[in-house]
Amino acid sequence: MKLADLTHARTDYNYAFLDEHAKREVRRALLKAVAVPGYQVPYASREVPMARGWGTGGLQVTLSIIGESSRLKVIDQGADDSVNAANLRRFVARMTGVQTTTDALEATVIQSRHRIPEEELQTGQVLVLQVPLPDPFSYVEPSRSLARELHADSDYALLWLRLYEDLTLHGEVLTGADHPVLVQGHYVMAPSPIPRYDLAALHQAHHLTLLSAGREKRLYAVPPYTDVLPLAFDDVPFQIERQQGWVCQQSGAQHGFMNEVPQEDGRSYVLSDTGYLEKLLRQKRGEPAIIGARRKSQQDQPGSAL
Amino acid sequence: MTLASSLLLPPQLLQVGALLEVSGLQMVYGRVSAVRGVSFELYPGEVLGIVGESGSGKSTVLRLLNLEERPSAGTYRLAHHQDLFALSRQEQRAARVRDIGIVYQNPHLGLRLRYSSSGNIAERMLTAGERRFRVLREVARASLSASEFPLIRMDDPPQVLSGGMQQRVQLAKAIALEPQLLLLDEPTTGLDVSVQARVLDTLRHLQSERAVSMIIVSHDLGVIRTLADRVLVMRHGQVVERGLTDQVLEDPQHPYTQQLVHAKL
Repeated sequence: MKLADLTHARTDYNYAFLDEHAKREVRRALLKAVAVPGYQVPYASREVPMARGWGTGGLQVTLSIIGESSRLKVIDQGADDSVNAANLRRFVARMTGVQTTTDALEATVIQSRHRIPEEELQTGQVLVLQVPLPDPFSYVEPSRSLARELHADSDYALLWLRLYEDLTLHGEVLTGADHPVLVQGHYVMAPSPIPRYDLAALHQAHHLTLLSAGREKRLYAVPPYTDVLPLAFDDVPFQIERQQGWVCQQSGAQHGFMNEVPQEDGRSYVLSDTGYLEKLLRQKRGEPAIIGARRKSQQDQPGSAL
Repeated sequence: MTLASSLLLPPQLLQVGALLEVSGLQMVYGRVSAVRGVSFELYPGEVLGIVGESGSGKSTVLRLLNLEERPSAGTYRLAHHQDLFALSRQEQRAARVRDIGIVYQNPHLGLRLRYSSSGNIAERMLTAGERRFRVLREVARASLSASEFPLIRMDDPPQVLSGGMQQRVQLAKAIALEPQLLLLDEPTTGLDVSVQARVLDTLRHLQSERAVSMIIVSHDLGVIRTLADRVLVMRHGQVVERGLTDQVLEDPQHPYTQQLVHAKL
């Protein structure tokens, strides 16, 4: 017997770029994260050929869970064709050979930054969110060790105080994106900078959500059918972005989250989710398009029921 | 009941059980014994003063009473809690929020200087689980007016307020949840004399209106004389003299107390 028979054949890269140990470590952290919804699990965060802050956390999770039967969709601010999304998609496809898609219903793994697709995700689908700041306390409590203690005690007075300050000084809550949410009654988590409109898509969802911050070396998860509730005072209702009366310039849709497009003669609006927009346009042209159920939300359009 | 038997009854104060009982309190830091076997009790509505020079262990006693540290030995009964030192960290947290209020000498220990003054009071209620914005506002307003803070400035951050005002915010935060026990750690040290007098006035009003039970630590005998019913004199981690304030300050028995009173008066 020769030595070559006992070893693996030499390859340039391991399947899905990361070595098997790294992937196993991420998977083990993911299992823990799923078991304790909203709890930030530390992990090693390996080097990937991309700068920290460009989605390395999400990428490592995607690379760790992807397999030959997966179909991948990558979006950035709702768009499949932005630079960040295109690069990530090309990289993962090259390293694994998986099929990619822009259709949120076909994809088994969706890596995203700043948005959750408009169509309701189904059982078996996995949403991977890239996270810049995993700890909601990072805005208010500089000490990491104290923040961990506060998480353990479920003492979130400081986060509530931030809402109180906004309401007192400005008359409304100014958290913008990344509004803190209470997960299954214990941990408050940073949902990554998704608009407040998207928070409803995490509550009692059919799909699994994995959130990962590469630079901060933390990942956490929202398992299917978990309560995810935005922090809001009992007598001051939670508000999503005000987009009443906005109409998508391309599809004519009056629902969904819109981007503002500055024009010479004012502003126009266009749906932020390009995969969904593409399907609406195909339907408009009379071509076949399978459009998924719109996900449940308190309001059809941001701000319409206020 | 005959006249003779009623004379034998203890004074009214003693018929009420003590609100707080501390016994055998010890605190050792390495080779230093900061507190060595301190025991005392506090009755409802009473103000107890603790005096002593720097390093006598009075501030350590206060920190232990505020559950900031665990003592080397001792028990601490407060209201319905049998022994606060024996509780878990979480239970201690809850007890601290509900039953103990504290005013520090240095406002930055007790306040978030960048948040609004009313927010500082709201924080305490939020910790206790209040989730109604309107209630937070109302309690903050009531509590600040009880500590005689000008309400027009209730949303200003403490960092732009004067020292006396900051102490009032601390006081309002301490009494917001109507705690069983109010701890004051040199509350007026570092304020100028006229402001000091007004803050002491507020404390006296509060004491007479709400019958708050207080423990006040100070090296300033004037403050102790103004506020305290009883006084403990501490030296080297031990209580060297105790008694009614007037009695101790007018007729000190222990040589150290005599020295202290003469130095001050």
